[in-house]
Amino acid sequence: MEAVNLIDPNSELVSELKACAKLLTEKLQSNQYEEASVLIQSMTQARDRHMFQSVGKLTRGLHNAIVNFHVDADLSQTQKIADAGINDASSRLQYVIQLTQQAAEKTMDMVDEASPIATNLGQEASALREEWLRLKRREMSPEEFRGLYERMNEFLMQMEVGTASLNNSLQNIVLEQGFQDLTGQVLKRVIGLIGDVEKDLVQLVFIASQVEEVTGIVTAKGDDGDIEALIEKRKHEAEGPQINKNRQDVVSGQDEVDDLLSSLGF
Amino acid sequence: MDKNIKILIVDDFSTMRRIIKNLLRDLGFANTHEADDGLTALPILKNGDFQFLVTDWNMPGMTGIDLLRAVRADEKLATLPVLMVTAEAKRDQIIEAAQAGVNGYVVKPFTAQALKEKIDKIFERVG
Repeated sequence: MEAVNLIDPNSELVSELKACAKLLTEKLQSNQYEEASVLIQSMTQARDRHMFQSVGKLTRGLHNAIVNFHVDADLSQTQKIADAGINDASSRLQYVIQLTQQAAEKTMDMVDEASPIATNLGQEASALREEWLRLKRREMSPEEFRGLYERMNEFLMQMEVGTASLNNSLQNIVLEQGFQDLTGQVLKRVIGLIGDVEKDLVQLVFIASQVEEVTGIVTAKGDDGDIEALIEKRKHEAEGPQINKNRQDVVSGQDEVDDLLSSLGF
Repeated sequence: MDKNIKILIVDDFSTMRRIIKNLLRDLGFANTHEADDGLTALPILKNGDFQFLVTDWNMPGMTGIDLLRAVRADEKLATLPVLMVTAEAKRDQIIEAAQAGVNGYVVKPFTAQALKEKIDKIFERVG
């Protein structure tokens, strides 16, 4: 959005004020107080008008940033998202949760499918190995050998079918990782929006401070007790996973948790 | 130890409940039940003689730390072993959980080994 600069020395406001000021000095020096007072009033009005225009411009910019975010349809992937009726940041984030959950569940389904096959093949292989060793030690009767002969054939067939199924599960697990691409795109868009909104907010705060300054509004001093209570509360508030590994008040892993707890006598 | 003990897993993400459930099953504990936050977990705990509670911290409704406090404050549940499995990693929080009477604390992401160690340790102590 267009930046709003309140104190641009080349702005219309400044040249208007300069002209008025010059005139005002002349009027005052020639004792024309009534006209001087009219001039002062028009200067105030010019400043207020400029202020309102600036705030208006900024508000429109902010509004545009939010509206733009809603109507994107140019990227091929976001089309898919728009089709699902997702058109704002929080539902985009919901979509991320949904996709990651689906991927996690499908992956676990695949593992649940694959794991008994691998276990069975492993068990049959070790049972056959026992038999094989008996054969090598010549402890096997011809009757038992015929049994082993059949069992081996059976096992090789199981092996063929089983490994095909395992491969299939592994391929599907890889395919499921596609969520990373889709969620990455959605997250990048949301990060972009946050960046835009942040810029706009900084601008808004800046204007608000200017408004306060010219209008003489004094910000109430925050109650220190409240702030301390807030800091204390934050210490214990749930934050989810830690992103910043360098924070001093955070443990870096299970070892540090164990050390901390044992230092407390647990 | 008795592998048939009744275990309640509390986490707002179903995938995490499933991961913990699978790990517990691999460790031989098959009698697991699930709840998605403290508010739903508490009545389940009160009504069904559970012998072990695994809970997340950060959940909507009622958090894990509040659930832990409610459990410790309940006459019938006070001695229930509680393992916290959570992404919360602030020192103050770990101390808070310890003071509230948690029996073990595992930070996410965790390994099957870490979970097993904590569970073994808890039941070693509880007996």
